Amino acid sequence: MILYIMCFFLFLVGVYGAITKRDLIKIILAIGIMGYSVNLFLVLLAYRTGALVPILKKGLNIPANMMVDPIPQALVLTSIVIELGVTALMAALAIRIYQKYDTFDITKIRRLQG
Amino acid sequence: MQNNFPNEGMSVIVKTITRFTVWLIFLYGLYIVIHGHLSPGGGFAGGVIVALSYVHLTLAYGKNFVMERVNKFAMNSLEAIAAILIVLTGLVGLYVTGYFLANFMGIGKLYTLLSAGYIPMLNIFICVKVSMGLYLVFYYLASFKQQEG
Amino acid sequence: MPVDIWLYFILGFMIIGSIACLEIKNILSSIITIGVVGLSLSLAFLFLGAPDLALVQFVFEILCMIILIRAFAKRSIEVRALQRDVPETIIAIVILASIFVLSIFAFKDMPSFGKPIVRVAERYLANAGVETGSQNIVTAVILNYRIYDTLGEITVLFTAILGTLTILRKTGRKKRHAE
Repeated sequence: MILYIMCFFLFLVGVYGAITKRDLIKIILAIGIMGYSVNLFLVLLAYRTGALVPILKKGLNIPANMMVDPIPQALVLTSIVIELGVTALMAALAIRIYQKYDTFDITKIRRLQG
Repeated sequence: MQNNFPNEGMSVIVKTITRFTVWLIFLYGLYIVIHGHLSPGGGFAGGVIVALSYVHLTLAYGKNFVMERVNKFAMNSLEAIAAILIVLTGLVGLYVTGYFLANFMGIGKLYTLLSAGYIPMLNIFICVKVSMGLYLVFYYLASFKQQEG
Repeated sequence: MPVDIWLYFILGFMIIGSIACLEIKNILSSIITIGVVGLSLSLAFLFLGAPDLALVQFVFEILCMIILIRAFAKRSIEVRALQRDVPETIIAIVILASIFVLSIFAFKDMPSFGKPIVRVAERYLANAGVETGSQNIVTAVILNYRIYDTLGEITVLFTAILGTLTILRKTGRKKRHAE
C-alpha cells in the first residue's frame, strides 16, 4: 500500500508544478510527471509476487497464475506512445506562443486571458 | 558519401564515428520490429529506434545533409500510406473472415519467425508510420526559426 | 532483495528528481532531470516484469529529451525563477496536502501489492499461444485481442503529429485578395 501512496504523491508533485509555476516549459514537464505516475500505478496494480514475464518459452509450460497480468502493460504501452505525441504538440504550441509574445511567462500572455 | 555541407553539424570526430554507428542503430531497430512477436519490443519501440537513427544523422551532419537525400514529401506520404495499409488489413480481414481486423492468415508454427499470422506485418506498418511521423516532428521542431512567419 | 525494496528506492528517487526538476532554475538542467526521472521509471518497469514497457519507455524518453532540448534550450538561456505569488502557492500546497491525507484512507481498500485480481488475463495467458501464435503475450494482446485500441492509438498519434506539423508550418494560407 505504501507503494501506491508514494505513486500518488508523485502525481501530486506533478499537479503542484502544473498549478503553481508560471513558466510554460515547467508546466509541460509537470504534465509529463503526472503521466509517469499514472503509468507506473497501472503497472504496479498488475504485478504478482514472484511472477514471470509474460513471454512463453519453448519446452516450458508455465501455469497462467505464474505470469504478470499483460493487459495493463498493453494499455500503458498505448499511453506512453500517445504521451510523446502530446508532448510534441504542447512544445509546438509553446514555441508559437513564444514567437508571438516573446515570453514563456503565462501571466504576461494577456490576450489568452479573455 | 559526398558531403555538400561540410560546415554544418558537429566536429570531424563525431561525423566519423556516426558513419559507423548509424547503421548499427538502424539495423537494431529493424531487428526489434521483425522479432516483435518473439521477444520484447514491437512496432512502436522499433519505430522509435529507426527514427532515432535519422535523428542521430541529423544531429551529427546538419539537417541539409539529410534533407538532400530523403524527401519530406516522401516521408509524409509513407506515413499516410502506412496508416491506410493498416485499415486495408482490417478490411481484408472483414472480407475473409467476417470480422474487422480479424486474423486472416494462418497462425503457423509457434516459436518460429514466420508465425502469428498478421502480427509481423502490422508491426512493420506501425514501424514505418511511427518512425516517419516522429522524425518529421523532430525535424520541424528543430528547424523552426524565430523570424519566419 | 525483494522487489518492494528496490521499488521504494526507485520511487523515492523519482519523487526527489521530479521536485528538483520543478524547482531548478536553469531550463536545460530541468529537462535533463526529467530525463533521469523517465529512465528510472524504465528501470522500475524492468523490476515489475514488463520488459516491453521498459524498452518503449527508454527509447521514447530519449526522443522526448532530444525534442525538448532542441525546442527550448536555445530560446531560454537566461536563468529564470518564475513562480506565482506566495499566498497562491500556500493555498495550493494546503489543498494538495489535504487530498494526500484523504487518499491514504482510499488506498486502504485497494488489493495489496503483489496480489492482483486477475480474471480476463488468465484466459489470455492460457490460450494466447494456441489462438494467436505469438510468443510474446503483450504483443498478442495489443495486436490481436485488443487491436481496436491500437487502431485508435494510431489515429491519436497521427492527429497529434498532424497538429504539430500544422502549427509549425512555414507557409501560411495565402491571403485572399478580393478586398
